[in-house]
Amino acid sequence: MTVKYTKDHEWVRIEGATAMVGISDYAQTQLGDVVYVEVPEVGRKLEQGKEAAVVESVKAASEVYAPISGEVTAVNADLAGEPGRVNADPMGEGWFFRMTIAKPKELEALMDEAQYKAYVEGLG
Amino acid sequence: MRYLPLTATDRQAMLAAIGVPSIDALFADVPKAARLDDLVDLPRAQGELEVERALGAMAAKNLVAGAVPSFIGAGVYRHHVPASVDHLIQRGEFLTSYTPYQPEVAQGTLQMLFEFQTQIALLTGMEVANASMYDGATSCAEAVMMANRLTRRKKAVLAGNLHPHYRDTTRTYARFVGFETVLADPDPSERQDLAALVDRETSCVVVQNPGFFGAVRDHTPLAAACHAAGALLVVVVTEAMSLASIEPPGAMGADIVAGEGQSFGNALNFGGPHLGLFASREKYVRQMPGRLAGETVDVDGKRGWVLTLSTREQHIRREKATSNICTNSELCALAASIHLALLGEAGLQRLGALNHAKAVQLADRLAAVPGISVVNDTFFNEFTVKLPRPAASVVEDLARRKILGGVPVSRLYPGRAELANLLVVAATETNTEDEIAAFGAALQEAIR
Repeated sequence: MTVKYTKDHEWVRIEGATAMVGISDYAQTQLGDVVYVEVPEVGRKLEQGKEAAVVESVKAASEVYAPISGEVTAVNADLAGEPGRVNADPMGEGWFFRMTIAKPKELEALMDEAQYKAYVEGLG
Repeated sequence: MRYLPLTATDRQAMLAAIGVPSIDALFADVPKAARLDDLVDLPRAQGELEVERALGAMAAKNLVAGAVPSFIGAGVYRHHVPASVDHLIQRGEFLTSYTPYQPEVAQGTLQMLFEFQTQIALLTGMEVANASMYDGATSCAEAVMMANRLTRRKKAVLAGNLHPHYRDTTRTYARFVGFETVLADPDPSERQDLAALVDRETSCVVVQNPGFFGAVRDHTPLAAACHAAGALLVVVVTEAMSLASIEPPGAMGADIVAGEGQSFGNALNFGGPHLGLFASREKYVRQMPGRLAGETVDVDGKRGWVLTLSTREQHIRREKATSNICTNSELCALAASIHLALLGEAGLQRLGALNHAKAVQLADRLAAVPGISVVNDTFFNEFTVKLPRPAASVVEDLARRKILGGVPVSRLYPGRAELANLLVVAATETNTEDEIAAFGAALQEAIR
């Protein structure tokens, strides 16, 4: 089970033919209490780097970008009632959506766990 | 900081920095005919009394809506505003108010906005209303942009019974924001098949009720057709008083209601400032433009108010904001809210019924004039009549007889021969039976 990260602090976990997407622990700490998540509708075609979801905290609203290209196959409906899951468990119950992997090559350019850790440390 | 005017040297330095030879050169883009080369020919000095007298003489050339029988509507309506409204809005706590940037210190202002929103939501039959927009026309344009965001489509169908000013304002936004508008033909029958114009690219249909020509329609089937095609229904209301008497847009399945609230508590105000109304469904609230006051509790559990869902707004979300509106028509909203509160539900219903009764009286009187026919089969307090000759000249004739006899359709649809004889007339509680009789008689003379 591979997890990759983007510079915009999304994570993508490859699980067979599909991938699960969310935001990193660093991202949720920076945002503070998440109060609303707008997930894409199932079936929407996403393009790498383009807006896929919106996350709102008490102090900011941020776009979440598609880490890779593909089609949305499932969304985390629980976030509508409990957006706080993004803070409590960003890599688990706080997932945003699941998508197909249209261009597997796109994954190669993303950071792995260690690279992302170094990247975040570099941000100070 | 000292406040001193610029010296000639300062000016030269500034002009040199931006690279123009003179201040006049900055006005080169203004056509010469529109520029003044010299001062207007006025006396160098005059006493206050003389100035008052001169301006008073000029003002006396106007035909003032409040001083003569007026049957002008078409988007702005003369209603009786109780003196207590003006008295209350001029209280210092309110008159100096502005949408607060440190909102929570102004609990009274926020509570007022919350009450206003509640009133508008109830009247429109919608779940949520904002703290107001600039006016009905910009509200309409914002409604279309909201529908575009929600549907991820960029084509709006504008009905032929939509007020032409609202249509034009929406098209101005369309030109610069980048969306398409499909314009249905002007439709005095107000029976256009708008569903036929809806396709898979349509974000919304914008229809007015009562329409520009006055008809009251049930838009439930249109709402269903829109929804079946994945589009939204925007209902525009230019005469908010109608909401006292007719089925609200919310009950017909409207997704967004954009309206003009001037009729409540606000005078004609030369066409503005007015009061944009904006209401929608709760599920769409995050795509709604404008400010929103919400009720909450403080740390001690006591009731209080906040500006809520501000992440939709520009100061937090910048270019991704739902709108560039950062304010509202606060004082106009206050006047509307007080007027509605003074009327109460029963009073408002009676006032609506009175408006309709006056309009029925007017329609009967005008229909009795040989050569004139009432176009509408339904109306609230406004309808369209067909004259035997162009309405614009008839209205001029009526003005010479000291009657403001409505709005010729040609004024808003110039150059369309088939509409030239149509006249839109309104009657409100302010019109007396004598005025209605005088209008009928004068019209009979004028079309002879």
